[in-house]
Amino acid sequence: MTDRQSLLSVRGLNAWYDESHILHGVDLEVREGETVTILGRNGMGKTTTLRSIMGILRKRTGAIDFDGKDLMNRPLHHTARAGIGFVPEERGIFATLSVEENLMLPPIVSKNGMSVDEIYELFPNLKERRSSQGTKLSGGEQQMLAMARMLRTGVKMLLLDEPTEGLAPVIVQRIGEILQTLKQRGMTILLVEQNFRFASKISDRFYVMDHGVVTEGFDVAELPARMDTLHEVLGV
Amino acid sequence: MMMIFGIPIQAFLGQLLIGLINGSFYAMLSLGLAIIFGLLRVINFAHGAQYMMGAFVGFLLLSWIGINYWLALLVAPVIVGITGIVIERFALRRLYNLDHLYGLLFTFGLALVIEGGFRYVYGSSGQPYATPDILSGGVNLGFMYLPIYRGWVVVASLIVCIGTWLLIEKTKLGAYLRAATENPTLVQSFGINVPFLLTLTYGLGTALAALAGIMAAPIYQVSPLMGSNLVIVVFAIVVVGGMGSIMGAIVTGYMLGILEGLTKVFYPEASNIVIFVIMAIVLLVRPAGLFGRDV
Ligand SMILES: Nc1ncnc2c1ncn2[C@@H]1O[C@H](COP(=O)(O)OP(=O)(O)O)[C@@H](O)[C@H]1O
Ligand SMILES: [Mg+2]
Repeated sequence: MTDRQSLLSVRGLNAWYDESHILHGVDLEVREGETVTILGRNGMGKTTTLRSIMGILRKRTGAIDFDGKDLMNRPLHHTARAGIGFVPEERGIFATLSVEENLMLPPIVSKNGMSVDEIYELFPNLKERRSSQGTKLSGGEQQMLAMARMLRTGVKMLLLDEPTEGLAPVIVQRIGEILQTLKQRGMTILLVEQNFRFASKISDRFYVMDHGVVTEGFDVAELPARMDTLHEVLGV
Repeated sequence: MMMIFGIPIQAFLGQLLIGLINGSFYAMLSLGLAIIFGLLRVINFAHGAQYMMGAFVGFLLLSWIGINYWLALLVAPVIVGITGIVIERFALRRLYNLDHLYGLLFTFGLALVIEGGFRYVYGSSGQPYATPDILSGGVNLGFMYLPIYRGWVVVASLIVCIGTWLLIEKTKLGAYLRAATENPTLVQSFGINVPFLLTLTYGLGTALAALAGIMAAPIYQVSPLMGSNLVIVVFAIVVVGGMGSIMGAIVTGYMLGILEGLTKVFYPEASNIVIFVIMAIVLLVRPAGLFGRDV
């Protein structure tokens, strides 16, 4: 792993919602092709970290470099064009758009994206229901659609915020398989996940967040040895 | 004489036609207002002034450089649309993070300034705008006399409304607009330049108002205050239809125009207030509007 090039590097990231200071110097690194998971209890700043990297949260300081580009001083709509796709916790499927319109909405940012046919092969349900209203899909299908629409764009990296939240075990397993497929295709993934078992099957590395800072980072190989302390920190 | 509900059929159909024509303008104007509100969350009180500007620009183009009605149908909306773009880019944009009330107050003030400016320069009396030759005269339908220009207004406004609806419901640009209406931040995070989309939308909305204005010029004359009462009525129509609902704005525009016309036949005293009475009832019974999603 360590011979891979760094793709995303975040250093000393601070972020605020209005006056409340949420992130207090987050450092993290994701290398090309890696799947990295941020663990942490509710309210520790995981979503805020993703939103700050993306540039959705504008009140932030520190350094964010992606693929050799400085992301700090760009408007929000330039982040996707730099090659990052964001799949939010609430999924963000549009009710006034059909499934297919939802899928086709994000603009293509590079030639490396999947074709619509490939996407429908990976997500047969979406093909079947392509003319339904986006929000008529089940929770699991909405999550798949939220991921699928970023795959078409050709982004190099996905930020996934709790993709398995509230979903049935079979669907969680299906999402795991899809992430494995993406990984094999070389996709870089930064995942936020509460489902520890799910994350341990697909991740190369982990970070633990606590009150707006990253407190530890370790390889998947070190996971068994750390189980006890992690259970304590995460309260699971 | 033929009667319908105890009213001579000529009077009935005559008012129906007037209602349909008013409804055509209501529909085009409330459509623009609804698009702007949907995406920008601004209640554009300058809409009536922008409608007036469309008529005035058409009138001035004709008297200064002889640009005829047909060309003015294109040029006037473009010119007024550009003023809309400038207003959004340099003023409205600064208000998005504040309460909706500020957008309303700003555009209300803007309407007063625009209307006052035109009145200062051109006086408040109306200027006639000749009906284009090809649309002058009328046809006798047997049961009534139909001025051709008025028939044209009804047809043209239907085309404009349906065209705009198709643009929003069936095209990629429309998908961007619908999605950005629901969640602008997420749409921008996909790489779409949402601030530019907002500018474009305000430009489009003002251009629609100006188009209605130039179409109205041969019927109502061109005067600085021609839009100031209209905007209040149109605002009521948008409330009845449901804020931000495109189809709701169109259908309600025609419906209430016709209803207003028919009220003139059956109970003329109420014709000026019937739309506001309906607005009050809808607000009490179904605050999201007839076509709006429940709030
Ligand atoms: N929109 C917001 N405005 C103000 N505070 C917020 C907002 N969103 C989250 N927070 C606060 O920021 C902290 C971190 O939240 P979040 O990043 O969502 O945590 P996590 O994703 O780790 O559960 C929490 O204390 C939360 O209450
Ligand atoms: Mg979260």
